[in-house]
Amino acid sequence: MATMDEVFKALADASRRSLLDRLHASNGQSLNELCDGLAMTRQAVTKHLAILEAANLVTTFRHGREKLHYLNPVPIHQIGERWIRKFERGKLAALSELKRQLEKRDE
Amino acid sequence: MSKPEFVYTTYIETSADRLWQALTDGDFTERYWFGHRVTSDWKVGSPYKFEKQGAPSIEGKVIASEPFKRLAYSWDSCSPEAQRESTSRVTFDLEPRGKTVKLTVTHDELDERGVTLRNISGGWPMVLSSLKSLLETGQVLMIDPPTVACKEKADA
Repeated sequence: MATMDEVFKALADASRRSLLDRLHASNGQSLNELCDGLAMTRQAVTKHLAILEAANLVTTFRHGREKLHYLNPVPIHQIGERWIRKFERGKLAALSELKRQLEKRDE
Repeated sequence: MSKPEFVYTTYIETSADRLWQALTDGDFTERYWFGHRVTSDWKVGSPYKFEKQGAPSIEGKVIASEPFKRLAYSWDSCSPEAQRESTSRVTFDLEPRGKTVKLTVTHDELDERGVTLRNISGGWPMVLSSLKSLLETGQVLMIDPPTVACKEKADA
């Protein structure tokens, strides 16, 4: 099972992020399609894809004889939920407290 | 068969029977699927529908139903702007992996220019994160957009 450490490690590499960008632009690509036009060896792409797959950032799907790669944003969404939403909650609480205080003074 | 537009996976610390229940029981879906309640007898060929506060949101027919393993249904959005789109298909595959269950959601046969594609590309990660959170912690994610939350507080 992918841990959050694996997700961050997988994202901490420009080549892997560019592979995710390519999948974001066009989802469901084969290894050949992904290698096309990249300044990376096929072996390097394979290695990066394995790391992305282990982190659950890429999901593979068998389609006929081809293995297709899909961007899986679920772990990134979970990172967002874990921290960003918390900040939003804090801001909302602060704003409603401000509103309460200001309105109280008018009474 | 054309290739699927989206394939999402998540690993959830739960059992296949609990995950199956979470996918098929309206009391569960209402909690993690942002208020959308599902109903069906889950027999192949039977209709199913999602409703939010009594208003239909998604409907279709059950295509595959193998308890604790695989569920598939056709997907028709009830929103007015999606009416002319072709019906798409959603498949849930459940595979136990140690203490977790690997859930794979495949959404295919989507209209590439349609609103459904736009709606679900942001929607599935939210639904799946919320489902995972509910099964693992008993809590769903807070999903009210800030504007709604502010308005409710202002109205209160």
